[in-house]
Amino acid sequence: MYPDDRRYTREHEWAKREDGRVRVGITRFAAERLSDVVYIELPTVGTEVRAMQPFGVVESVKAASDLYAPVSGRVVEVNADLLEHPERINQDPHGDAWLIVVEPANDTEWDQLLTAEAYAALVAAEGA
Amino acid sequence: MNAAWHSHRYLPMTAQERDEMLRAIGVASVDELLADIPAGVRLSRPLHLPPPMADVDLLAHLRGLAERNGHADRLVCFLGGGAYDHWIPSVVWHLAGRAEFYTAYTPYQAEIMQGELQATYEYQTMLCELTGMDVANASMYDGASATGEAAVMARDLTRRNEIVVSTAVHPHYREVLRTYTRHLGMHVREVPYEDGVTSVARAREALGARTAALVIQFPNVFGCIEDGPALARVAHDAGALLITAVAEPLSLGLLAPPGHWGADIVAGEGQPLGNFLNFGGPYLGMLATRDAFVRRMPGRLVGATVDRHGRRGFVLTLQTREQHIRREKATSNICTNEALNALAAAIYMAAVGKSGLRQIAEVNARRAHYARSRLCAIPGVRAGFDAPVFNEFVLRLPVPPAEVNARLLDRGILGGLPLGLWYPELADAWLVCVTEARTRAQIDALVDAVAEVVTR
Repeated sequence: MYPDDRRYTREHEWAKREDGRVRVGITRFAAERLSDVVYIELPTVGTEVRAMQPFGVVESVKAASDLYAPVSGRVVEVNADLLEHPERINQDPHGDAWLIVVEPANDTEWDQLLTAEAYAALVAAEGA
Repeated sequence: MNAAWHSHRYLPMTAQERDEMLRAIGVASVDELLADIPAGVRLSRPLHLPPPMADVDLLAHLRGLAERNGHADRLVCFLGGGAYDHWIPSVVWHLAGRAEFYTAYTPYQAEIMQGELQATYEYQTMLCELTGMDVANASMYDGASATGEAAVMARDLTRRNEIVVSTAVHPHYREVLRTYTRHLGMHVREVPYEDGVTSVARAREALGARTAALVIQFPNVFGCIEDGPALARVAHDAGALLITAVAEPLSLGLLAPPGHWGADIVAGEGQPLGNFLNFGGPYLGMLATRDAFVRRMPGRLVGATVDRHGRRGFVLTLQTREQHIRREKATSNICTNEALNALAAAIYMAAVGKSGLRQIAEVNARRAHYARSRLCAIPGVRAGFDAPVFNEFVLRLPVPPAEVNARLLDRGILGGLPLGLWYPELADAWLVCVTEARTRAQIDALVDAVAEVVTR
């Protein structure tokens, strides 16, 4: 259910390392909890984000939630497609509906993130 | 204090019931109940009240007190400055006063109240047409606080924290703007007026990379019509938004609406649309903006939709912006609205219609211009500024304006606003308002009275 090629935050974001950069999205669990996503607010390229600080907002028909950065660094790519088609977050949260790509400021934060196994345990506890 | 206990036929609680309640919560007296309130702030003597009166005497007494106010029903009103004495068609409050509207100050379990929601939807729609904007909310407290909300919106939209406001914006609006923004880490700077309007050149200098918005009033506090398109360009060139405050929305029956010449947010006061002067409140805050900004808009929004059977219905929409869902991240913590005042405005606009609104606006302008030219013909009286005006204008008087007002009051006339109160450089300036509710005879009487007062 939760791919083990990446790490996770307690706030339900995923982070995937790609050639020194980190691709960020929200988990299927978060997408399902939100229900139909209708709006998303993302930073612009060049913005500095900080680990576990909000970098954007995802809004569904019933809630609005902050998006937390898994790692600190500079935003180098933004999935502009989502601004027009926020519903893709419900369709493919672990794939096409990634949010941003960050050039991390350091390597130390990565180890704080949850493994797929740990995250699955967290979700199981929260879902219960 | 242990006040004597008076039983009264209109107060349902008896002394016995009071004592039972005190016993139930385990205190011996009202004094003990209130023991947490420091003695220093408690009144330690009975209230200064006259002895009981018979109903008839009481009503006469209160009526006498009320009549000590000079009000627009008794005096002939030439006072504007943010509150306007307009004629209200009787249909407006005949309908708005119906119990099903009147008793619900805001819709609870809103979707059940389809009539109320539809009225609000119509209000929003007409407000969009009036301002030339895409989306309007369903009312806020008043024009000044709506302007403050607009400034916060501009900060969120631009991620800049400075507001540049023209000194030709009503001083009360500017004061509220400061109050609204003070604790949000925002800065308010002022740009001066020249000859009654906001200086475009000075505005260009004042705007910078940190400016979220330029705030102007249209028509402004002097009744003058700003060069809106030029000020919009100046704001946009700096990457800032243009916020336009409209204190007299009837002017938009005649003037090009702010949305058509580049305003990004229109804030304003809806009192002139079918609402009484109400001694300064409750009033009706208007807020309208572009579609792209809707998620940063505070307050209530009603949308139209269809149910599962395809029937038209109305719903509160985009509520995730609001404080009951988004808590401290809400666009605003404004938590009530002026639904009844908005309803009155909707009925007013529907009753007079598009062409009616234009006609009323024309009558306002014609009568104001007639009054202005006749007053300016009085020796010693001259126009304050050359800029075009709608229904308010500034005069410079050879006698202190406050003194003129005092003499007019003796004749049953409520005079204009002495601007020296707020603008020291305008100590001899007098802001006069003439609406469609003023007759030719009343205007002529004002002219005669002013002539007499200033030439004697």
